Amino acid sequence: MSRGTLYDKVWERHKVADLPNGQDQLFIGLHLVHEVTSPQAFGMLRERDMAVAFPDRTVATTDHIVPTDPEGRERPLADERAEEMLTHLEHNTEEAGIRFFGLDDDRQGIAHVVGPELGFVQPGMTVVCGDSHTSTHGAFGAIGMGIGTSQIRDVFATGSISADKKAVRRVEVTGELGDGVGAKDVILHVIRELGVDGGVGHVYEYGGEAIRSLDMEGRLAVCNMSIEGGARAGYINPDETTYEYLRGREFAPEGDEFEERKEYWESIRSDEDAQYDDWVEVDADDLAPQVSWGTNPEQVVGVDEPVPAPDETRDPEAAESAQDHTEVTPGETMEGHEVDVAFLGTCTNGRVADFREAARVLKGREVADDVRALAVPGSGTVKRKLEAEGIDQVFKDAGFQWREAGCSMCLAMNDDALEGDEVCASSSNRNYVGRQGSTEGRTHLMSPAMVAAAAVEGAVTDVREFDVAESVGDPDADADAEVDA
Amino acid sequence: MSDDGDGAAVPAIRRVAGTGVPLRGDDIDTDQILPARFLKAVTFDDMGEYAFYDQRRDADGELNDHPFNEYQGANVLAVNDNFGCGSSREHAPQGLMRWGVEAIVGESFAEIFQDNCKSLGIATLAVDHEDAVDLQDFIEANPDAGIEVDVRAETVRYDGKTVDGDVPDAMREALLEGIWDTTAVMRTNLDRAKEVNDSLPYTDD
Repeated sequence: MSRGTLYDKVWERHKVADLPNGQDQLFIGLHLVHEVTSPQAFGMLRERDMAVAFPDRTVATTDHIVPTDPEGRERPLADERAEEMLTHLEHNTEEAGIRFFGLDDDRQGIAHVVGPELGFVQPGMTVVCGDSHTSTHGAFGAIGMGIGTSQIRDVFATGSISADKKAVRRVEVTGELGDGVGAKDVILHVIRELGVDGGVGHVYEYGGEAIRSLDMEGRLAVCNMSIEGGARAGYINPDETTYEYLRGREFAPEGDEFEERKEYWESIRSDEDAQYDDWVEVDADDLAPQVSWGTNPEQVVGVDEPVPAPDETRDPEAAESAQDHTEVTPGETMEGHEVDVAFLGTCTNGRVADFREAARVLKGREVADDVRALAVPGSGTVKRKLEAEGIDQVFKDAGFQWREAGCSMCLAMNDDALEGDEVCASSSNRNYVGRQGSTEGRTHLMSPAMVAAAAVEGAVTDVREFDVAESVGDPDADADAEVDA
Repeated sequence: MSDDGDGAAVPAIRRVAGTGVPLRGDDIDTDQILPARFLKAVTFDDMGEYAFYDQRRDADGELNDHPFNEYQGANVLAVNDNFGCGSSREHAPQGLMRWGVEAIVGESFAEIFQDNCKSLGIATLAVDHEDAVDLQDFIEANPDAGIEVDVRAETVRYDGKTVDGDVPDAMREALLEGIWDTTAVMRTNLDRAKEVNDSLPYTDD
């Protein structure tokens, strides 16, 4: 069993009781709520005549079903079922006294973008949400876990979940990341190495030189995809990068309180001599930009590396059926594989740094003919910041559609979907068959810079071969000033 | 089945007996089990008809020979490795349950999916690769044969033989004791939860 890790310490601080089923009752410090997985839980609560026990520890936003077309956000929404879901969330949060960032709030956006950027998520917290990508929040040194709707009911009713501790695997990512290679490439590479089910029974503690060098937005992208490797949670010990990110955030502590809180944040870091259940090393030196060739997130290859033949993979049968679907050719690289759609956004890569990175590639270039390119900021806050910096103009000039915040084409619960057998260069996290709204559609996962390069070339391209702009826009521009102007 | 109305009378689940439905393949994700477009509903009521919706239809929308079309009435689902990976949507096990699944035998399960099964009183039994494939083969050859998942003994019995497996301890206890709906038991610790809340450095924001 692990000892002295952040996971152990945070778990101990939040344990409420031993339950008769042998599990622990674990207190939840932050419950993020959205419209898709919560209405049934509110319904169950109502049937049991129970109230939300800790509304102050609960924050809601709307993300999965919201239209991202600026013209399509008038209420009532054109999609009656989406309107019904949104109305339920408005009603439920109002009744329970839960803070809600709705369509009329310019901070609305994806739960896993809004929670961090507004300072709700802090080190040493337990965070849950009815969404598997809650693992995102581990970037702060929090324990973030996705839960189902019955567990959402539990959190509403008791501020707790019934859970058992997982084994802790240290994932030590060594090496230095080259130009054009970033967090998304690291996590795709880790999943490729350890497998989509490699993390079952585990949480991942990411560490090592390559992880330490990432900024918070990169760390969020890494932890976000922990679940794609089968790990229930993934986290990174908090450090100065974490604290600097939190400083000045709207709902983060201020002044002396911030310094006091920092003592707690420091205290929950894994000890130098912490014991892990498992320790693996993944080398990221000389890592190439990664691209998925198949239909699950371990079917990944470096952009300059040949796609493996099915019998060279862990699961030849799955690889064969995946290659049948994606029509990639074993032995050839992904470079040159044509795309119809470029999609930037999501809880993995819908943050300011992701768009800046893509904009550096797009500056002075145009999206290829026949490529449909969508830029969907992860939140209204992200969008306003990018607009203040002038980055929206780079996207617009290149021929990208500039959208409103939402989950969009990641899972296509709104109007943004692949059509027919379109091929998509996507900054999202899942390449499952049908994931982006068409059962014939094909998704290739890659970094924001690689999506931008694919948009320009109309095909998967090694972004390292592009001359990219040093910087784009004015990173010091104040989003709020822009809004007031 | 579950009484999720008022939390009362949660029945113990010691065994699930019936016929099987084989579903082959590793890493079958919840997007396949319940496609995202059917999540646009504020209740789980209709999820049974959406289970494997896309896989069950051919290009013209006609029902094909997918096991969920062929093995109607079965209640023991036989799967392979990492079943239920991906999205946390409880709609997926809800869909399986409402289609008729009461127990799932497979090589391994994604954790959020397994937790969701526990919340719904669906037993999951992990068995070796060969045992999972043998069970699938058997069901295909004998679609009407009886299969019994014994939660207490952590076995699956069919064709006169008994195969050992693993039901997670918490799920086993929960099903056997009728405490798989944990809201009520956790609610009795609400004062203690409030104490933990008050003890945390970050809860006074």
